[in-house]
Amino acid sequence: MGFPILSIMLLVPLVAAIACLFLEAKSARVVALLATLIDFVLGVVLWANFDIGGAQWQFVEHAPLFAGFNYALGIDGIALMLIMLSVFLMPICILASWNSITRRVGEYMAAFLLMEVLMLGVFMAQDLFLFYIFFEGGLIPMYLIIGVWGGDNRIYASYKFFLYTLLGSVLMLIAMLWMANAAGTSDIPTLMQYNFPVEAQRWLWLAFFASFAVKMPMWPVHTWLPDAHVQAPTAGSVILAGVLLKLAGYGFIRFSLPMFPQASAQFMWLIFALSMIAVVYTSLVALVQHDMKKLIAYSSVAHMAIVTAALFAFNVQGLEGGMIMMLSHGLVSGALFLCVGVIYDRLHTREIDRYGGLAINMPKYALFFLLFTMASIGLPGTSGFVAEFVSLAGVYHASSFATLVLTTGIILGAAYMLYLYRRVAFGDQKNADAAAMPDLDLREWSMFAALAAAVLWMGIYPESFIAPMRSDIQALDARLAQAAPKGDAQLKVGPPNAHAANYIAHGSESTGEAH
Amino acid sequence: MSYASSLYFTGTEIGLSLAGLVLLLVVAWTGAKSARVITILAVSALVGAIAFTASLPTGSPADGFNSAFGGLLRMDSFAVFAKILIYLATIACLIITPRFFEERDGYRGEYPVLMLFGAIGMGMMVSATNLMTLYIGLELSSLSSYVFASFLRSDWRSNEAGLKYFILGALASGIILYGMSLVYGFAGTTDYSGIRAAFSTHFPIGALFGVVFVLAGLAFKIAAVPFHMWTPDVYEGAPTPVTAFFASAPKVAAIGMLVRMALVPFGGEVEAWRQIVIFASIASIVVGALGAIGQQNLKRLLAYSSINNVGFLLVGLAAATPAGASAILIYLVIYVAMTLGSFSALLMLRDKEGQPLETFADISGLSTTRPGLAWCLLFVMFSLAGIPPLFGFWAKFVVFQAAVQAGLVPLAAIGIAASVIGAFYYLRFIKVMFFDESKREPEQTSPMGHWVVLVVSVIVISPLGYFATPWLGSVASQAAAALFAVA
Repeated sequence: MGFPILSIMLLVPLVAAIACLFLEAKSARVVALLATLIDFVLGVVLWANFDIGGAQWQFVEHAPLFAGFNYALGIDGIALMLIMLSVFLMPICILASWNSITRRVGEYMAAFLLMEVLMLGVFMAQDLFLFYIFFEGGLIPMYLIIGVWGGDNRIYASYKFFLYTLLGSVLMLIAMLWMANAAGTSDIPTLMQYNFPVEAQRWLWLAFFASFAVKMPMWPVHTWLPDAHVQAPTAGSVILAGVLLKLAGYGFIRFSLPMFPQASAQFMWLIFALSMIAVVYTSLVALVQHDMKKLIAYSSVAHMAIVTAALFAFNVQGLEGGMIMMLSHGLVSGALFLCVGVIYDRLHTREIDRYGGLAINMPKYALFFLLFTMASIGLPGTSGFVAEFVSLAGVYHASSFATLVLTTGIILGAAYMLYLYRRVAFGDQKNADAAAMPDLDLREWSMFAALAAAVLWMGIYPESFIAPMRSDIQALDARLAQAAPKGDAQLKVGPPNAHAANYIAHGSESTGEAH
Repeated sequence: MSYASSLYFTGTEIGLSLAGLVLLLVVAWTGAKSARVITILAVSALVGAIAFTASLPTGSPADGFNSAFGGLLRMDSFAVFAKILIYLATIACLIITPRFFEERDGYRGEYPVLMLFGAIGMGMMVSATNLMTLYIGLELSSLSSYVFASFLRSDWRSNEAGLKYFILGALASGIILYGMSLVYGFAGTTDYSGIRAAFSTHFPIGALFGVVFVLAGLAFKIAAVPFHMWTPDVYEGAPTPVTAFFASAPKVAAIGMLVRMALVPFGGEVEAWRQIVIFASIASIVVGALGAIGQQNLKRLLAYSSINNVGFLLVGLAAATPAGASAILIYLVIYVAMTLGSFSALLMLRDKEGQPLETFADISGLSTTRPGLAWCLLFVMFSLAGIPPLFGFWAKFVVFQAAVQAGLVPLAAIGIAASVIGAFYYLRFIKVMFFDESKREPEQTSPMGHWVVLVVSVIVISPLGYFATPWLGSVASQAAAALFAVA
């Protein structure tokens, strides 16, 4: 491998972050936007050069820089898609903060760019401890983003975010140390094929679960998420919902499933139970929210619960569905938080009741908001439909009861999203100040247009996104096959019918009587 | 064992003693006005000591090669590693000291001279291989420490700190002596390898008492729970540069002494002391973390932070493996950098009249009034909390790795979970500096020396530190191997 594209992708935002610390507001914004756009272009180059169906690990880089762990980077299709999601959302985040952040702009942009470095690092790392460093390091910029530029109750939210996720993660470190000691390597691809004793797997699985469940977040440790979202600035919410939550899903798919397949099968009931509770409970909670951001935050918990259930369904459909769900949710929830951000910038409130009838004075905005609402519900033609359909089809192989409950969540999802949309965009213009808000400007329009295009692309032709992941998911499925539990839907293949279903017998009295 | 070789291997101590005595005479004749010059000379003496120590041959751990005066001292690579760290920390403390005392009319030439004698004592502590030399080194360094704590003669807090430190330190010394006498009584020798050989055939219950007393006394010196209660009072009361010194160099010396003591003479009876160390470790981590939560005074908070850090260091000792000892040394390097960074920043925090800003309320909104200093402190605090990618994470990583490799998974799990409590109060620093509104206007400029110490510390603990891990790791494991080669 000649050109170290992955390292360059890490280096560009890192250098820009350091530069931003010393720049004044205007140039910091431009530098940050340029850096994230360069990274996006590099991401496109990465995707274009990714050899679909080629080697599992591509763009591998390896340098013996450190003792105890390696600087080893490399990506497979799963990581590629999540990297694309991150580099796609980052310029949008910078644009979203263009006018709304006026205080300490340089530091703000530096924190965001550092965040990008660490997120990309998580998806690229091929060494256990390098992964941990990136995974855990992400807490620092997010803590600052919430704490310095957040809303009124930002200090409580920032502490809660930090300590919750830290407590979850530290046990994972001990598990990683144990694994590296037992397997004699910290190389992730090797560990993915290493068979740990089943007894140890259980403890290791629980330690990783503690970390990922908090990060995901799964019920009942999800409570930090609504607080963090509500208090974070708009771009912070976008990146939190869009990418940070995906780190946990990526963790499940990269560590928990391939490294501890037996334990994963044993704890499938736990994942399913928590996911089912989460979907129904958080959807009901979302229904009664007055705060738009809180509502979307709870809907995120519900959607991520479908991801966890799908990933632990132990079949290709589930894994593919979970991945598409993560990508789709990254785009859609990011877009929804932007929708909130756009009107928050104008009226400085997130109370649903303070709006109403926005479709009259903000028709462009209402159109985009409608599209993303529908995508969140899972309307065919949007990414949400593909995600939900494939995920639930996968879960159905494993448990029809779980599917039943998860589907209820989707119905409730339609209820709370449509209810939200009705109260904000339709009805009377009961508030004069809300009725006077101007429609989208060019900057906002371009952010929404980019997201809308991606959502529709993923909805209409998901193959573009599934193709790079296909062979990796099949490899993972093959690895899981040894432990895959039997599903409860035991289909029996009966004798084939003699005729097709629409067959009409001609010239027979007996069939004629049926009319 | 010729005298020439003995003198050669104790050259550092001899050189520093001569330098100290000469400087003492100069002080006696010139008085307080030469204090700054004396400080510079003392620093250069320590630089010379580092250069000489680094040049000592440590390659072969063959028995007796690098020991001096019939096994009283041993200049192996462990001693070299610890000594260089001690001297570096002492130099940093000397750099940040003068301004503080000068403004209170208290800076005199005795201070750097006492520092030199303290450094000799600390050097002896880490290289002693005989209970007698160990005790002499311990007392030499403690004696200067007692004086430092009460160096501000007109300040009652400083006097109280000195008195407390002296009484409790003397008590600890007495406990150590009592333990030593028991060990001597049962082993029949004060020589480390002799004790180990004697106990390897027979380890009577009386000797166990001796080991416990010695360890209890040493726990006093390193401020491990349950013998930590003097630390917050002394740290708060002592003048800030002295607190910086207490938290850095003597800590290294005491830990080095404890590690050598536990692994060489008592290295055959690991099971006899492992439980004690594990208890002290977990208790220190938890008490250090919980005690800090309610504190408003920054020095007091850092005192609890040092108790907390000692707990993590003891995790490495509990492993009782070469990896554990090497992890302790790596931890010490990073700990010293973090401590000196935080205290030099503390010394730079002053209001317009030059009064020190010592409480949380004083430093609120520091990121808007002094952004450079606030960002440095942010690095130090996240590093102390052990959050990657800062280098403080690496310190915790190596000790927990050693513990896991030694099979102490529950200890590692409890220790690391308790470190989250610690993260809470380090975060409070960040919260106060970055999230709160500024209330007091701090002084805008700081002396060069403080900046040098702070910036060097911050560079060490920044992610750049990871590039040093291959070198640091190999040096530390070589040093740790020296302890096990003797056995």
